[in-house]
Amino acid sequence: MRTSTRRSRRLMALAAAAALTTGLLAGCAEDSDDGSSNEGGGNGGGGKTTLTIGTFGVFGYKQAGLYDEYMKLHPDINIKENVTTRTDVYWPKTLTRLQAGAGTDDIQAIEVGNVTEAVQTQADKFVDLGKEVDKSQWLDWKNAQATTKDGKLIGLGTDIGPMAICYRKDLFEKAGLETDRTKLAEQWKGDWGKYVDLGKDYMKKAPSGTKFVDSASSVYNAALGGEVERYYDKDGNVVWDKSAGVKKAWDVAMDVATSNMSAKLKQFDKPWDQGYANGTFATVACPAWMIGYIQEKSGEAGKGKWDVAAAPTAANWGGSFIGVPTASKHQKEAVELAKWLTAPEQQAKVFAKQASFPSAPSSYSSLKPAAATQAYFSDAPITEIFSASAKTIPTQYLGTKDQPIGTAITDIGILQVEQKGKSPEQGWDAATNEIKDVLGQ
Amino acid sequence: MSSSKQALAHPASSADAAPGDKPGAAGRANGRGTPPPGSSSWRSRLYRWDMKASPYAFISPFFIVFGAFSLIPLLYTAWYSLHNVQLADLDGQTWAGLDNYENLLSSDFFWNALWNTFTIGVISTVPQLLMAIGLAHLLNYKLRGSTVWRVVMLTPYATSVAAATLVFVLLYSWDGGMINWLLDFVGIDPVNWRESDWGSQFAVSSIVIWRWTGYNALIYLAAMQAIPVDLYESAAIDGANRWQQFIHVTIPQLRPTILFTVVVSTIGATQLFGEPLLFGGVSGSKGGSEHQYQTLGLYMYDQGWIIGNLGKASAIAWSMFLILLIVAVIQLLISRRLRKSQ
Repeated sequence: MRTSTRRSRRLMALAAAAALTTGLLAGCAEDSDDGSSNEGGGNGGGGKTTLTIGTFGVFGYKQAGLYDEYMKLHPDINIKENVTTRTDVYWPKTLTRLQAGAGTDDIQAIEVGNVTEAVQTQADKFVDLGKEVDKSQWLDWKNAQATTKDGKLIGLGTDIGPMAICYRKDLFEKAGLETDRTKLAEQWKGDWGKYVDLGKDYMKKAPSGTKFVDSASSVYNAALGGEVERYYDKDGNVVWDKSAGVKKAWDVAMDVATSNMSAKLKQFDKPWDQGYANGTFATVACPAWMIGYIQEKSGEAGKGKWDVAAAPTAANWGGSFIGVPTASKHQKEAVELAKWLTAPEQQAKVFAKQASFPSAPSSYSSLKPAAATQAYFSDAPITEIFSASAKTIPTQYLGTKDQPIGTAITDIGILQVEQKGKSPEQGWDAATNEIKDVLGQ
Repeated sequence: MSSSKQALAHPASSADAAPGDKPGAAGRANGRGTPPPGSSSWRSRLYRWDMKASPYAFISPFFIVFGAFSLIPLLYTAWYSLHNVQLADLDGQTWAGLDNYENLLSSDFFWNALWNTFTIGVISTVPQLLMAIGLAHLLNYKLRGSTVWRVVMLTPYATSVAAATLVFVLLYSWDGGMINWLLDFVGIDPVNWRESDWGSQFAVSSIVIWRWTGYNALIYLAAMQAIPVDLYESAAIDGANRWQQFIHVTIPQLRPTILFTVVVSTIGATQLFGEPLLFGGVSGSKGGSEHQYQTLGLYMYDQGWIIGNLGKASAIAWSMFLILLIVAVIQLLISRRLRKSQ
């Protein structure tokens, strides 16, 4: 659910300035760009077709050189990427443009947190890609997220966020805990509660100034990422307060929040980054995309100290899709480009450059993390761990308001308990009130 | 009225005359009403029409832009506020009457946001304006390198909200922030600036104060320099010391300026948005886990763009507008009172 935020917070310092001070102006400027490119790519020159692709955060296509490669393969195509840094800016803008039927790019990225909203409310604004591709190329649960009730596929899977646990071997050793990744995975297998129990052991002999985990919210998100029933049931009714999945994840998070094992940081905040740099927490729920983040934030000091173990349950956190709006003037070319960008070979290239984990399982055998990454994480078999998780993730019931409901639970309910010393009951009540406001009840 | 009309007409007519239009020049010499002899009547009609319409043509760009980007959105927002509009289904809006407003009036979140806007407004505006007057007074003395000081005063204003707020977030960081580190020296326990009720409001206010004090100081300074020196001289002859001069000469002379800055600051405080949003970091639009620094602006943003309830967000926007109107009326009454008492 958090890929976007992950990506955007990484650039927060630059992003915030850009988003708030020039956001509106940029929006206007983009409109005019779109206009000219939709005309038929006059700006490409020589009868070229210009395709625009709207993304958020850092998608990695440009970084991996995919656009240049495609343009070399298709000399009549010119590709232009319109990047919005923050999803909470990108998505409302995209929604209004989709509905206006104007100003959209030829390809629009959709974050997993928004894909259900797109499927349920904007399906007629997207080209059905189901007929264009071999769906077996993607993981089933990934396809399911972008498929409407009547079987229309509105987006092709890009990356996913299969879950593992990243932990500081050196801190575990000082606290007198097991440090072997397979044995650790055995210890907490199947139950996040066991992971929290290990945290209690850790706190008994914790090296000074360190905690077991970064925040209670991250444990909540990780635990919920493996549940089938979350905030909605399979018929699309809101059942968050009766959901078994939410209950389980909430209880685990409350255990963390009330037992002094959390560093009480807020994910994707500056102090959280500093926590990585200073080594103030020993473990973090680690979706595949977190690997790159840890390397960047922990820096040289963390090299060889981090290790990766399988998570208690297979879970997904984050990921995206790309779809082709029906408003595109070059639908055929756009579909071809989208297919090519999400093909297993290209996904593997993005992984090599950006560590975005592919949603196409046929690429898993050939995935190779950078040598530096492997050394950084004590030569852990990263791709095997994530691949194993990816293949066993259940298909979840998702709903249109998953994102704001999730925020209400983590950033209102859990935060109150963790940082303001409220009781779990008070936290739950506060989250309940907030969610009522979100749902307009 | 007539004098202002002439003042308007004069530059227009001279501009008109510039391309060597002799009759025009003659007309000016003869006075506005009488057409020069010998010119055809359509020409005089054109001339008169030009006199009347040109001023409007010259000011029209503002009103066209204002209409397109302010007035129409304003009215459209009012229309939206009477409907149930969801961001994901803009065409599926349904008439809701005053439901959105009723919903707001019965919502704890709305009253909380209103109260926060008020308290943060007071905590930020009052010290800011007091400090600005003091600084302006100091800058008004003969200082070495006075331009440097004035430019320095204005730098916070020239800094972007985002950049400034990010620095403040680090300063106010709970664990390892500079402010808690300093408090530690005087033996005060670290404050969780972002989650405590008053701490967070104080922190947000401090960003506002830091950014706007210099700006207001410069406005005060400009007004102070327009105060005739003889007022101070006669006060000095009467035996008033510096402080008495400040109280009895400077402040009364600054009254209109103070009123202006109060109005502008109040509008700014009501619309406070960027600072608390960025101070909150991730999901900053909630304004803290208990909405302890969620202002009306943040609540509106949260409802509209995060939750996607545009109808309710529009109702919040119009409520803010109405609140500003009420504040403006109150300020108008106070300023009238002040003028009368003078």
